Amino acid sequence: MHEAPATPGTERRAGRLSDRLTLSAKRVLWAWLFLAVPVVFYGAIRFWPTAEAFWISFTDWNLLRPAQFVGLDNYRRLLADPLFWKVFANTFLYLILGTPVSLVLSFAIAYHLDRVRFLHGFLRALYFLPFLTTAVAMAWVWRYFFQPVPIGPINNLLASLGLPAQPFLRSTLQALPTILVPAVWAGMGFQIIIFLAGLRAIPTSYYEAARIDGLSERAILWRITLPLLKPTLVFLVVFASIGFLRIFDYVYNMNTNDPGGPLDSTKPLVIMIYQTAFKSYDVGYASAQTVVLFLILLAISLLQLRLMRQPT
Amino acid sequence: MTALSKARPGRVVAWTLLFLGGIVMVTPILFMFSTSLKDSSQVFDLRLVPAEPTLDNYRTILEDGRFLRWFLNSLFIAVLATVSNVFFDGLVGYTLAKFRFPGRRLVFLAILSTLMIPTEMLVIPWYLMASRFGWLDSYWGIVFPGLMTAFGTFLMRQFFETVPDDFLEAARIDGLNEFTIWWKVAMPLVTPALSALAIFTFLGNWTAFIWPLIVSTRAEMFTLPVGLSSFSVEQSVAWEMIMTGAAIATLPTLLVFLVLQRFIVRGVMLAGLKG
Amino acid sequence: MRMSKRIAGNSFTKKLLAGAAFGIGLTLAGQAGAVEIEYWQYIFDTRVKAMDQLIGKFQAANPDIKVKQTTFPYADYQTKVSAAVAAGNGPDVVQLFYGWLDGFVAAKLIQPLPKDVFPGAAIEADFFPIVSAMKRGEDYYGLPTAVRSLALFYNKKLLADAGLDPNTPPKTLDDLVTMAEKTVKRDGAGNITSEGFALDMAGQDHQWWREVLVRQFGGAPYAEGDRKVTYGDAAGAKALAFYTDLQLKQKVGQLGFMDEAQAAFKAGKATFTIDGTFRLGAFSAIKGFEWGVAELPANAQGVRSNYASYFANAITAKAEGEKKAAAAKFLAYLSSPEAMEVWLKVVGELPARRAVALTDANLANPIHGPFLAGLTNAHTTMFVDEAAQRQITMDMVNRVLLQGQSPADAVAAAATAEQALIDRVTKK
Repeated sequence: MHEAPATPGTERRAGRLSDRLTLSAKRVLWAWLFLAVPVVFYGAIRFWPTAEAFWISFTDWNLLRPAQFVGLDNYRRLLADPLFWKVFANTFLYLILGTPVSLVLSFAIAYHLDRVRFLHGFLRALYFLPFLTTAVAMAWVWRYFFQPVPIGPINNLLASLGLPAQPFLRSTLQALPTILVPAVWAGMGFQIIIFLAGLRAIPTSYYEAARIDGLSERAILWRITLPLLKPTLVFLVVFASIGFLRIFDYVYNMNTNDPGGPLDSTKPLVIMIYQTAFKSYDVGYASAQTVVLFLILLAISLLQLRLMRQPT
Repeated sequence: MTALSKARPGRVVAWTLLFLGGIVMVTPILFMFSTSLKDSSQVFDLRLVPAEPTLDNYRTILEDGRFLRWFLNSLFIAVLATVSNVFFDGLVGYTLAKFRFPGRRLVFLAILSTLMIPTEMLVIPWYLMASRFGWLDSYWGIVFPGLMTAFGTFLMRQFFETVPDDFLEAARIDGLNEFTIWWKVAMPLVTPALSALAIFTFLGNWTAFIWPLIVSTRAEMFTLPVGLSSFSVEQSVAWEMIMTGAAIATLPTLLVFLVLQRFIVRGVMLAGLKG
Repeated sequence: MRMSKRIAGNSFTKKLLAGAAFGIGLTLAGQAGAVEIEYWQYIFDTRVKAMDQLIGKFQAANPDIKVKQTTFPYADYQTKVSAAVAAGNGPDVVQLFYGWLDGFVAAKLIQPLPKDVFPGAAIEADFFPIVSAMKRGEDYYGLPTAVRSLALFYNKKLLADAGLDPNTPPKTLDDLVTMAEKTVKRDGAGNITSEGFALDMAGQDHQWWREVLVRQFGGAPYAEGDRKVTYGDAAGAKALAFYTDLQLKQKVGQLGFMDEAQAAFKAGKATFTIDGTFRLGAFSAIKGFEWGVAELPANAQGVRSNYASYFANAITAKAEGEKKAAAAKFLAYLSSPEAMEVWLKVVGELPARRAVALTDANLANPIHGPFLAGLTNAHTTMFVDEAAQRQITMDMVNRVLLQGQSPADAVAAAATAEQALIDRVTKK
């Protein structure tokens, strides 16, 4: 801060100046006072641990032994670990199956729901309810649904229709899509509401103009609605993608007796991280896995920023 | 009814499909409640309405005592996190929106950048931190990582930017100090955003699983999802008990929703569009 | 913790009130006398109840020691113990599976038993030989209250329904298969609605396969103190084929049916299941459920084998001074004949001391008899990482059942994987 000038003749002017300085300095002070606790928090609980995670990924720490710097050993081990590649593929399967399926369904529902007036609030509530459930609770409910005969409702339904029973969670092929069902189901409520908000935000004058021009409903959907929904779409694609890449609760709870599904067929990266860190205590190796997850998510977020900046 | 009778056949079909789809969406929830009202001999009977509904499962679970404890743990943690987020995210969002000071952009970008750090990357360092400071098995240990969030801060900043400076200047002329201006003048102007933030934070903490699973070792300190998960493993085949536990975990958020439906939907829309 | 502190506090006040004349010396002694130790085990209803009883009796006999019991779900148990002991706030006496011992010792979670209280020669004379799995060098690191073996559980009603004698369980593997085929029930579409034999590799079947079936088909699971995997041969493949054929060929069971074998058996939807002594309590608790226990079936040549295991109690590295003395005293009580009888009655697990287990009454007991008989020809796998080795066996079975791999290939792949795991762990 500036020191007050000592010359008596300028005292009055300087006084006003320092008053003014104090006023803005005061506000700077207030600002930093408001930010003091949060800045410490973000430093200690977000940035420091991030740095620590990177650091640990270069060590062979296993919680019970002191850490030793091993350079890129953990990353080398990761690249050579067939389980990692299996898990990597699974994680992307969750993403490339889950995101489009849930968004197409949500959009179709929101698009029609937006035009419905009769019992609109009630219908919306039906679709939104799953979003408010606890993933752990619903994972067990769905696990029950997918049980074989004689307990599983779905297989009993299939049997009563004369269709062959399905192994679902007990199949290396079906288990992953089976786990996606509740994940998609629970996320749709949120997506539908966001789509509805996006649809509402499109001025009706656009539609009126299009109708006057004689465009068909289909053409309006493709040429007006969807382009104008781009920000909403980008947001939901990124939001859903990140959610599927981080899937954990459903996988963990739907397959507790064989974690990660038969022959690791449902194991996503986050389950591998959890098991490596908290079951095997191989903390260094687990940290390397988290760094990989971080890089994937970073790439997706940067992609979002690029898409958002592009002119519509 | 008039809307329906005036509608074209296409609309009727669309409405019917939407209605059926909606029923499919809530079926798992209905099934969960229905199974929780059956005794073990009726579980295999897949009727949606139990032949002889009974509250015995709820009685057994509540007498066990653990669920009550987990319920209260979850409630306490979710409320604590919500209060903290409303306070700090509101304060930081306001400061970043309404103050001009050196370092403002840096702080904003720093906080925003934490959105890109996945929780899963931080759980290992958090766990080490918690064990070093003796925070394992404590409320503080479960709640500390979520006391403030970049999402909430960003959301609040967006909303505070829409608050006209005149309001705040008027309060300054009245001689209020900056803290009072924020708390008494600015905060009430963004109540919709605050309630959206509160809903999200509460729901997020109520359903949170991976971190509470890692940080709590004793059953007394489990949150509802962690308790439910371990309870369900322990019960193995007693599906009626598992469904009862699941129902207990789900019921509170559903009830709150039924009461505050419009409010919550609006909050989600607000947060989704601005966040 | 808070509870017992309050109790200690109350007695402290009482002493102050009653004996103020004795002065500070006595109250200090009173405080110092109330040693509190913590005991950890995993949640299993009957085990927790039995331990509550034992703690009650122990505290009555040792008023100067308080024992606090803490329990966790089995799935997280090992993790929680390691985490807490590493952080310095865990138990003083801890229950551990014998197969975890190397991990616990390497991580310095537990300390050797004091030789003055637990002389090695006495342990070897009194306990079943499988207790030697707790010995490293000259030191014993823990002692069990009870040991467990496997047996064949059978549902009498399902046998009777199929026209079989509910009191004649199968004696050989061939009998088992025939009787399972007669009792399995299927719906019109061929889906199993009640199993003949409940398969559950994540349960006890992996032990049955490893230590029993492999031997019965002419092989040996391991050599060199279980550090060399030897089941990856024709005998191993035959043993695996026998197991997977139950689902693929005879179709008498299905992995994942009702989630777990014990669940299917408990619900009366499986004729046979292989399980351990620890399940007795859970099955007895069901009213009107008629079941029996038989020794594991022999092969055609009459070769029998069994798998025995146990949870031992050990003193953690953190217990020192008077806590260590109290912990040793408690552990001695948990390994006493009295404790073993309580454990047998409440949990159903067999006493770890020969003299307590092999009484005429126990041998004649229709339930304990078959388990005790199994104990005499039992093997104990010296796991390096029980969970990982179990996973390898589960994956092996899944490859045959779900991916159609041949048993020979699956068993060879499993042997390679398990050998790699053992080498990696033992090299460290």
